[in-house]
This record gives sequence, C-alpha cells and structure tokens, in this order.
Amino acid sequence: MELELKNLYDDFRDGKTIKAYAKIIEQDADKLDRTINIMEVCGGHTHTIMKFGLPQLLPENIKFIHGPGCPVCIMPKERIDHAYILALQPDTILVTLGDMIKVPGSKGSLQQARAKGADVRFVYSPMEVLKIAKENPDKKIIFFAIGFETTTPMTAVVIEQTIILGLKNLYFHINHVTVPEVMRELIDSRDIHIDSYNNQIDAFLGPSHVSVISGAKIYKEFPATYNRPVVVAGFEPVDVMEAISMLVKQFVENRCELEVQYKRVVTMEGNLNAQNVIDKYFEKRELFKWRGLGNVPDSALKLKAEYSFLDAELIYRDILPIEEVEDHKLCICGDILRGMAKPPECTIFGTACKPNTPIGSCMVSSEGACAAYYKYGNLL
Amino acid sequence: MQKNITLAHGNGGQENNELIEKIFYKYFKNDILEKSEDSALLNIESSQITFSTDSFTVSPLFFPGGDIGKLSICGTCNDLAMMGAKPKYLTCSFMIEEGMSLRELEKIVRSMKKELEINEAKIVSGDTKVVPKGSVDKLFINTSGIGEVLYSGISAHNLVEDMAIVVSRDIGAHGAVIFASREGISLDSNLTTDSASLYPQVKALFDANLEIKALRDATRGGVAAVLNEWAKASNICIEIEEEAVPVRHEVKGICELLGFEALNLANEGTFVLALPKEQAEQALEVLKKSNPNAQIIGKVTNQYPQKVILNSSWGTKRFLDMPSGELLPRIC
Repeated sequence: MELELKNLYDDFRDGKTIKAYAKIIEQDADKLDRTINIMEVCGGHTHTIMKFGLPQLLPENIKFIHGPGCPVCIMPKERIDHAYILALQPDTILVTLGDMIKVPGSKGSLQQARAKGADVRFVYSPMEVLKIAKENPDKKIIFFAIGFETTTPMTAVVIEQTIILGLKNLYFHINHVTVPEVMRELIDSRDIHIDSYNNQIDAFLGPSHVSVISGAKIYKEFPATYNRPVVVAGFEPVDVMEAISMLVKQFVENRCELEVQYKRVVTMEGNLNAQNVIDKYFEKRELFKWRGLGNVPDSALKLKAEYSFLDAELIYRDILPIEEVEDHKLCICGDILRGMAKPPECTIFGTACKPNTPIGSCMVSSEGACAAYYKYGNLL
Repeated sequence: MQKNITLAHGNGGQENNELIEKIFYKYFKNDILEKSEDSALLNIESSQITFSTDSFTVSPLFFPGGDIGKLSICGTCNDLAMMGAKPKYLTCSFMIEEGMSLRELEKIVRSMKKELEINEAKIVSGDTKVVPKGSVDKLFINTSGIGEVLYSGISAHNLVEDMAIVVSRDIGAHGAVIFASREGISLDSNLTTDSASLYPQVKALFDANLEIKALRDATRGGVAAVLNEWAKASNICIEIEEEAVPVRHEVKGICELLGFEALNLANEGTFVLALPKEQAEQALEVLKKSNPNAQIIGKVTNQYPQKVILNSSWGTKRFLDMPSGELLPRIC
C-alpha cells in the first residue's frame, strides 16, 4: 500500500476507535477506588487533549494535570529581556522560532521590539539561520535558540555548520531545556521556595518527540525511583486515549512501569547521532529558571566553554541583565503546572490574561494549558 | 519602453502617460474610462446600490492559481456579490515600488481584466503612484466598487434557530498556498488558491429562488471568523459537525505541519451561507454545479448564544474561537 499524507492522521482520529478506548478506560477505571491524576508533560499533548475534547470522554476518577512542556511558555522574563536587548543592538538580526516573538518580558515582547525597528525574524527550521547569516555578511545574526530535546539537535547542527563554513557573524543564545529534570522537580522539589510535596501527580504521559531523540530510557527513573508509571504517547487523539488506557491498566493490575505507546517512532535508545551532536556542543547548566516554577537544577543546556566565541550570552554579557524578575503576583501558573489548580481558578484567567495579552506562562503559547482552555473552552 | 518601473512613471508626464496607455488602458479599456474625465460619470438604474473598498498586499505577488491582480478584482466584486449585488463599476489605485518589472505588472493587469470579464464589471477610474524603493513591498492595489442590488435583505443579523449553514467548497486553500509558497518554507504541493469571482455562483442561488438569509465570503480569519461574527450579530449558537467540513488533504497536511486550523485559514473564493434548513439540499445542488465539495456543515441552535461549537464524531464538543493575532507556526 502506498502511504498517503492522510494515513498520518486520519486513522488516528477515527471516532469509533476513540470511543472504543473510552469504553475500555471506563471499565478499568471502575475497578479502581481512587482518582488517578495523569500529568501530560508536553504542551503538544495538552493541545491534543483540549482540541479533541478528551476529558469529556473520561470517567470522573481519571483527571489530567497539564505539565510544563511548552518551551515558549516556560521561558522566564529574564531570558526574554536578553532577546529584547539583543534584538535592539545596531546592525543585528535576532532570529527565533514561531510564537516566541509574542511572549512578553519585563521590557516587552520581540514583536514590540520589531515595532520599534528591531530586525526580528522567525524561522520554520533553524537551518534557515545559516542562510540569513550568509545573506547579511555586514550584520550580526543572533539565534535565540529554544526548545526541549526535540529541537536541540538542530541547533547543534547549525553550530557545527557555522564552524565548518567559517561564518563570523552568527552567534547563539542558548535556552534549550530538558524534560526529565523538570519532571523530577515536580514530584521532588529541592527549591526551598517551592513546596511541591503536595503534588497530585500519579502518573505521566511521556513526551514522545523528546524520546525520538533521547529514547524512552530517560523516563526509567520515574517508575523505578518515584513510583510513577510512564507511558510515552503519540500526539493524535487515538494515541492519547490508548496511552491513558495503558496507564489505567497498570493501576488496575498493580504494575508501575515504563511503556511506549508511540512505537511507530520511539525506541528505547533514541537517535544516537542526534545525542552525539548534542553532547559535542552542549553541557548542563547548573540552574535554569522556569517561568512559573522557579529554578530547576540541571534542567537546561549551555554551550561548552570551547565554543564561547559563538556564545551571545558571554559576548554580550556587559549589556545583558542578571537580576531576577518576579512573575506577576496574581498569576498561578506555578500551581497549575503542579496540578494544584486548573486555569479557570485563576482570578485573571480570560480577563487581564488572554492569548493576545498574556501575563502568565501558561497563556503565552497556543500549547500552554491556559491558552488551550481559553481557546477550546471547558464545555463539560 | 523601459523594462522596470522608475519614479518617472509616476510623474504625471510622458512616462506616466505611456504606462497608462500601454498597460492600463490596453486592458481596462471601456467607454467610461476612455473619456478620461476627472471623475467617472455613472448611470445607475437600481434604487439600491452597494459600495465597498479593499486594499491588497500579498507576498509573493504570484502564487499557484492566482496573483495579486486576480485577488484585487475578486476581493471587491465578491464583497459586492455577498450583499446580493451585481458588481458594476470599479476604481483601482496602484502603489508601485520603484524597480518593479513592467512585465510582471502587465501580467497582473491582464489577470485583472480576465476577472472583470467574469463579473461583467468595468474599471471606470484609476490612479498610479510610484514610490521609492522600500516604501511598499513591490505593489499594493486598492480597488473600490459599486454594485446594483439584485437580492436585498441579506444580513449577519438574520440567523435564527434551525437554519442550515453551508460552505460553497473545500476550505482554507488560499491560506495554505500562501504559507506553502512563503520564503523560508520549501513545501511542494499541487495545491492552488481558491481565488475566484463568486458573482456567478451567487446569481445561480438567487435565480433558484432560495431564501438566502446571510452570505459572506470567508476571507481573512477564514470560516471561523464568519461564523463567530454571525453568532454574535444574531445572538445565536452555530453548531458545526467537524467531519462534515470539507478540507482537502493537502490543506490538512499543511495545517498539521504548521499547527494551524483550516477553519482559520484565509479563503479568496469560498463563501458561507445561512438559509432555512428545508432549502439546504436545494442550495447544495446549485453550488455543486460549480464545486462538488460544497457541503452542509452545521446548523443554528440556542445552546451557547454568541458561540460557535465544533462537534466531533466521537461525541465531544469544543468552542471554535475567533482567530486572533498573527498566525505563527508552532515549535515542536
């Protein structure tokens, strides 16, 4: 059979299959005398869950907690201020990805910097940065790199090409973050400012495009050490429903394991070439601040010292502020991300805080929990 | 004649006249325009006219299935047709960036002429400005038009419970083509824009004696914007069956790739109409003669006033919001 475009999603959105999984989940959940709170870590999953109305299909005792897996949402104001300042440097082009340009820092968003005359561009693929650098030899190009393990290898390849091609006008401001560390933080906080010992998380839907790169193995510690089962799931509604049924089954059968639902692309080991290129250029950052969550140890990457000649954070250190910027006082994103509150419980949700004028991290990108609630409504 | 537009072409003198004669008059020629008075003198028979204006800025200027010229005529004529009018007289203004190729300009004007013929409409007055490089992105066109009302009473305030909502063809093609042909994203597809003059289809509906209550072409903001505007204006709820919404696989693919929703994508030759549900099948029959993908996609109810609801085939529902802000692709 020839594979057509529609094969990539049509069957994974089949109404009958989705209903059949809903039935299985209901029967299994009925055997449990407790509520299971499942955190979907990834913003892509939050988007699927809300867009396809999946909570409406689940029994009362199966609930979602929307996690912090949206690279745009978690970017703290300090880092956005860096991007804003860099964008306004003379003869500079700041390049970043997608809806990063909407997110407000303490000085404004990149969109506002653009309105002030800054040359800010967004690209679909990080490789386009090379083209921009070649076409503008008299300008300084700064790539504001964001994303989880999924997008990190592309940045690494762009760095490699910059060196191979001998480009002298391309610099990198690295904001790549990693998933397992923040999951650990959510169940086992080590930051004295955040009490996450009351977290409600019983199980995880594992981000899977992260695992395409890093392998499913990165989640082994959660069933083993933290007693939280993980199912690595795909992004279509059939995928998510199957993964939930797998998690509920584990509770019914008293198992606590790492399983992969998204077998069509995820392996236990992941993409070793991608892992190698990441390891070649990046190393762990001791501390990285997540918007809404605070500082999380080892949860981000930075350029290795030998590549400091490409590191915009070092080159421009004299003009980049290092003071902490507080999150908005009324914003409860931190609680939402730990499963202690739902978006509509926030006093500024949908009033002061809306997708076009976001205040908290969960409203800024279409994949944030608040934005998804705002957009698709919570009809049941 | 030179190969590129220079500032001299906008000087009101010889080069300017040459441009007007050799390009604009050549294609737009008609008895009113040729009089070349300070303004056009029009004879209107109908007691009610519609009047509309629109400016066109699109990058790239040429895209699969159309160009900015086609858009500029379809856009204004369609706005007139959507109010039940026959497009009659148009004005057009060109704002041209210095350095633009004359051949490209001629190609654009030629496709304007073709669309004018479909609408049986005339350009009766025009203007050209040439601006220094960097002041506009190659070419901006403004057109304004007058139409004679054939069918009155169409309004966004007319929707009541139990009416059917119909789309004239598969949706989102124009928006998808523009995203796919933008610089920086190399996507190959056979997709062409839906850009088309809608007057012939609308006239066929009027001729079939259907009671059209609301009619709107789903341009910027897509079908989602039209439905939300109607739900608010008429204080009713519109329920859409997601599976019934016709979307071509190529459009769906581009949406999946970039994280868009077809219902939010712009169209340039697709309209939505509301009419009593008993007449929906008959309307569909008329529309299918132009495009077999015309479809009944939903109905008017009272469930959530001023909201648009999408029903899935697995029994869930969600709001379909008004699109807002710049459409930006998602990251991962």
